[in-house]
Amino acid sequence: MIAAPASEPLRRFLQVARGAGLKVSAAEGIDAARALDIVGFEDRTVLKDTLGLVLAKTPDEKALYDEAFDLYFKRDEFSTDRAEPEEDAEDSEQDPFSSPSNGSGGDGMGGQGGQSLGSLLANDDRAALATAMEQAAREAGIENIRFFTQKNLYARRILDRMGLRALERDMEAMRQTGTPEGLGRAQFLDGRIEALRDSIRDFVERNLLLFAKGDTEKFREELLKSARLSNIERRDLDRMRILVRQMAKKLAARYAKTRRRRLRGQLDTRRTLRRNMGWGGIPFITVWKQKRIEKPRVMVLCDVSGSVAAMSQFLLMFMYAINEALSDIRSFAFAGSLIEVSEILEKEPVEEAITKIMSLIGFGSSNYGNSFADFEDGWMRHVTNKTTVIILGDARGNRTDPRTDVIGRLSQRSKRIIWLNPEYKSAWGTGDSDMYRYAPFCNLVSVCNTLRHLERAIADILEDAT
Amino acid sequence: MNDALPLGIEPLRSIDAVEQGLSEAGYIANRQISTAIYMAHHLQKPILVEGPAGVGKTELAKSVASWLKLPLIRMQCYEGLDESKALYEWKYGKQLLYTQILKDKINSVIGDADDLATALDKLHSFGDVFFSHQFLEPRPLLRSLQEPAGSVLLIDEIDKSDQEFEAFLLEILSDYQVTIPEIGTVHALVPPIVLLTSNSTRDLGDALKRRCLHLHIGFPDDKLEAKIISSRVPGIDGRLLKQLVSFVQQLRALDLKKVPSVSETIDWAKIMLLLHVSVLDVDMVRDTLNVLLKFEADIESAGKQLAGLTHKARQDAGVA
Repeated sequence: MIAAPASEPLRRFLQVARGAGLKVSAAEGIDAARALDIVGFEDRTVLKDTLGLVLAKTPDEKALYDEAFDLYFKRDEFSTDRAEPEEDAEDSEQDPFSSPSNGSGGDGMGGQGGQSLGSLLANDDRAALATAMEQAAREAGIENIRFFTQKNLYARRILDRMGLRALERDMEAMRQTGTPEGLGRAQFLDGRIEALRDSIRDFVERNLLLFAKGDTEKFREELLKSARLSNIERRDLDRMRILVRQMAKKLAARYAKTRRRRLRGQLDTRRTLRRNMGWGGIPFITVWKQKRIEKPRVMVLCDVSGSVAAMSQFLLMFMYAINEALSDIRSFAFAGSLIEVSEILEKEPVEEAITKIMSLIGFGSSNYGNSFADFEDGWMRHVTNKTTVIILGDARGNRTDPRTDVIGRLSQRSKRIIWLNPEYKSAWGTGDSDMYRYAPFCNLVSVCNTLRHLERAIADILEDAT
Repeated sequence: MNDALPLGIEPLRSIDAVEQGLSEAGYIANRQISTAIYMAHHLQKPILVEGPAGVGKTELAKSVASWLKLPLIRMQCYEGLDESKALYEWKYGKQLLYTQILKDKINSVIGDADDLATALDKLHSFGDVFFSHQFLEPRPLLRSLQEPAGSVLLIDEIDKSDQEFEAFLLEILSDYQVTIPEIGTVHALVPPIVLLTSNSTRDLGDALKRRCLHLHIGFPDDKLEAKIISSRVPGIDGRLLKQLVSFVQQLRALDLKKVPSVSETIDWAKIMLLLHVSVLDVDMVRDTLNVLLKFEADIESAGKQLAGLTHKARQDAGVA
């Protein structure tokens, strides 16, 4: 089946849709073009429904799509195109990259068909000005705008394409004449140019929203994912929470399933014989090999004192967001001493729970030895050889007894101990840090101070749960 | 491009025609739903229908089938569903039986062979008689491809199946063909209209989504819901209908574990009809609330606000 070439408005819309955060693959683009062939541009609501069927594949995407569609098709530029939609679809083969080069001369007359910017401004021909602006913007590649810092750059390019430099030269000449007439005219034009600048800036802004909203968000999120969690600003916290939830959901979805999988075709000889003992070993019933994948049981011990608190907060948030991938999770918070916080975290929404925990025990000076001793007294007996113990902390116990003996016993009882330390490796062992004393008892010690680190650490935990 | 389509299905000529046809089959569709059916036919793509339980996802497939007078082939997905249950299976019993019956004939076929090699050669010349269409038990997917006049294939609750099964569906969804190792590739005689439904209990793979049109059916607005109920519960009084719909719509705005869906409104309307109710009153609503709400906690939390909700519903319907 040969797909119709995507018409220009559609191609641009697809770009807008991607900018808005929709995942539009090439195949879906082709489908959109085919669908467009069938319904055409005539009926806006049908068009919206149709493209929505093809492009947006989740409720979230539907919302994004609706927004993008309305924003895009409301633009005046399109409403003029729409007068002859048929033609528009026809000459779509002239793809955007070979767009008419008459305006690319930069400081020439631009693409307004011979009329100079000066006369357009003088006549105050708004419609013609708008068209010229659209055209210049297209030539300047406005759809590639990504960051707000590029606003001035694009505004400048558009002005250039519209022939600002030529106009400025003319105005210079007017001023040179020295006649009051020439000066007055130059001043008049100055005012008009200023107004034009403003409207172009507006226009670029609108386009930035249209084409780059998704990208800017994504960019920001990428930054946040690799920012040190202790440096996260208050205003970004909400966004971080959403991010954590998203990442957790992804992880949970990847590991929640498949606990027991049949390896069909591989006979478990031993169990088959055992099963058929009653018939003298003649295999009436076959037993196949099975792979059992267990969900990890996790105990999390979080240092909630001073500097580590920010990190703990996100770790707890993460763990509770993936709890469907875990069979059992118990969490503990400690600073000077240790308490169990599972119940608080289960009953209340994570944000409130964390504030509550912090107020209960947080922000004191930490005493690792004491806290571990508390753990041994209260909960050591619940640790089995299936338990993964995660300890989050900087291992700075203010020169108190580190009680490595407790950690030693814990490592014997548990499946493994994973220590996540928010400090850089170079700081381990300096000052009151006992990291290297604990390290021999841990199966894994790693630096963990960004969301990305967290995600990787937790993915590892889930992965080795076989 | 449209030559390959079974344009014998004349009713699918326009979106309006689809809407009309569905309503004749007793399914009140909004514009988006009819657009989806129309596009599915013309683009030859399956539709993935998502939405909360009870908004008529499965019903849509049934109505399309009954309207187009095509057989509806339904495949219910569940965990552990595999290709031998979804696509085809060999009729092992028949194969065994036939080998027993034909045992005697073997001698006449290879009787005059001198040695083993010639005997084997002779056997080979008969080809794979036992692995041919006669011994194939078609399961829903294969059956829908083999329907001579086309069919409506409903793959229900795809989110309940395993991820592997989803991958297995890709071939049939994109090319309307399946590959059976012993026989070869089977193409659809007429591409069926395929609907997949999902309650979003898990996220479906991108590959599957890419191959489908995506239709999200949400709860209908009050006008549409009134239309649906009057078509499903004929004989219901107009004023009662307005009250019921207004009440249910308000209920959906509450913070509930599971909000009532259209099918529940229909059940409720039937009950009200049976009880000869014409004006909603609080006690009546309280007694029948378990039809709409399925969780004790929901009934409790809505129970506190019943008086207000009922009053508002009566007001909306213009009943004093």
